[in-house]
Amino acid sequence: MPIRTEPVTVNLGPQHPSTHGVFRMRITFDGETILDVEPVFGYLHRGSEKLAEERTYTQVITLTDRLDYVASMSNNLAYVLAVEKLADIHPPERAMYLRVMAAELQRIASHLVAVGFFLQELGAFGTPLMYCFREREKILDLFEMLCGARITLSFMRVGGVFQDAPPEFWPALRAFLQEMPHYLDEYERLLTGNEVLLARTKDVGVLPALKDINCSASGPVLRSCGVNWDLRKADPYEIYHRVQFHVPVGTKGDNYDRYLVRIAEMRQSLHIVEQCMEQIPEGPIKTAAPLLVRPPAGDAYGHVEAPKGELGFYLVSDGGVAPYRCKIRSPSLINTTALRDMLIGWRLADMIVTFGSIDINMGEVDR
Amino acid sequence: MTTALTGEEVARRLDEAVPEAVEEWKAGDVWVKPQGVLEVCRFLKDDPQLRFDYLVSVSAVDYIEHFEVVYHLVSIWNNHSLVLKARCRDREAPSVPSVVSLWQGADLQEREVYDLMGIAFQGHPNLKRIMLWEGFPGHPHRKDYLEPPR
Repeated sequence: MPIRTEPVTVNLGPQHPSTHGVFRMRITFDGETILDVEPVFGYLHRGSEKLAEERTYTQVITLTDRLDYVASMSNNLAYVLAVEKLADIHPPERAMYLRVMAAELQRIASHLVAVGFFLQELGAFGTPLMYCFREREKILDLFEMLCGARITLSFMRVGGVFQDAPPEFWPALRAFLQEMPHYLDEYERLLTGNEVLLARTKDVGVLPALKDINCSASGPVLRSCGVNWDLRKADPYEIYHRVQFHVPVGTKGDNYDRYLVRIAEMRQSLHIVEQCMEQIPEGPIKTAAPLLVRPPAGDAYGHVEAPKGELGFYLVSDGGVAPYRCKIRSPSLINTTALRDMLIGWRLADMIVTFGSIDINMGEVDR
Repeated sequence: MTTALTGEEVARRLDEAVPEAVEEWKAGDVWVKPQGVLEVCRFLKDDPQLRFDYLVSVSAVDYIEHFEVVYHLVSIWNNHSLVLKARCRDREAPSVPSVVSLWQGADLQEREVYDLMGIAFQGHPNLKRIMLWEGFPGHPHRKDYLEPPR
């Protein structure tokens, strides 16, 4: 009698350690091979966009902290840039430098989390993650000096920042900039050439460049396949045109490239912070913009290169104290569009790794 | 620096390629008729000079007298951008053609607009709720949405 097989549909999540939050995938398997994937969202939907319509422009900053909660600074920056564009407010130079430094430190912190969990999912249980969190802790300490908070920062304001960096911030930052490259070397020594890592990630979860662009992917996912598209270069905001850095790109767009791009981006971010430290002028850290901003009626789209990709805020004003509409273009949600194409044909074990390599955050996906 | 194309420039090109699709233009925005969205987008994507290969975002705004679907487009090739808008005046059953066949990136975003604003995208391969569950009453991002009593 011939052996008959049938595809099996499995629900992965919403409670699963590797799903980075509450995320569910309905996967159809043929044995261990993936035939179809359907992501299911909404378990962390808090209605941030609707809540924003009932708060003043300044109050919404606290909501943005809670989108991608491992990269609050980038969210703050994207939002205040959109409001400043809408209300035509120009922050002073010192504030712009402080914001860029904060956003770049946040990029390092976010990539450390991404790399740490990525390796954890490969089975490198505990050690690499703890190494990454050790350095992230130092960045959180720096943020604590800046604004008193560690995760939900609300550091930025429309027209500037909340407060100037205290005197003890600068030596601490200098020390961090000196030791961080050694830590990155340590990860690379330990992991980048590791045979298990190479075997599990090279040529796995490949997505060609044209497909990536068509799926509106952004950030390291897009750059890993060789597309040189970074908003800090393509559409410079704040003071990015004054600092030197290059955009690391991959070649193939596999899991390994996505990992390498993140490691390389951390080095570039350190380089940017270093230059900002040299260039930062003395002066005010906030314009005289009122706390109760009333932008003229109209709309504006502000975007930044957040650690996970292009984060944008589309704001519509009716002239009142609260946004009439606040749409968030979240990179995590849109990068997930490509997930299906990355996974079909691969095995269950590759699924967890590939999903980790996109680096999504459910707070931002569901909003 | 990404160059924002002027509405006038794009509207002129569109008038030649897709007659009577453009409703209005202003600064960097172009308004098109909702039923013509797909043809307009196909032209914007395929035209060798415009070449909008990247759909940044799909949003919708409820202006009470009409809905406005907003497409932010970017050309990675040419590094220029455009804001395309379409007004839906039918409040009972607003709909626009889906652009998933051109940009796959519209897939989840159109589903989100459908879920929260209640605008149907004709031709979408899998148009169902994304953030809320099936059977949820109403569309919360509409301005006339009232929270049901507990």
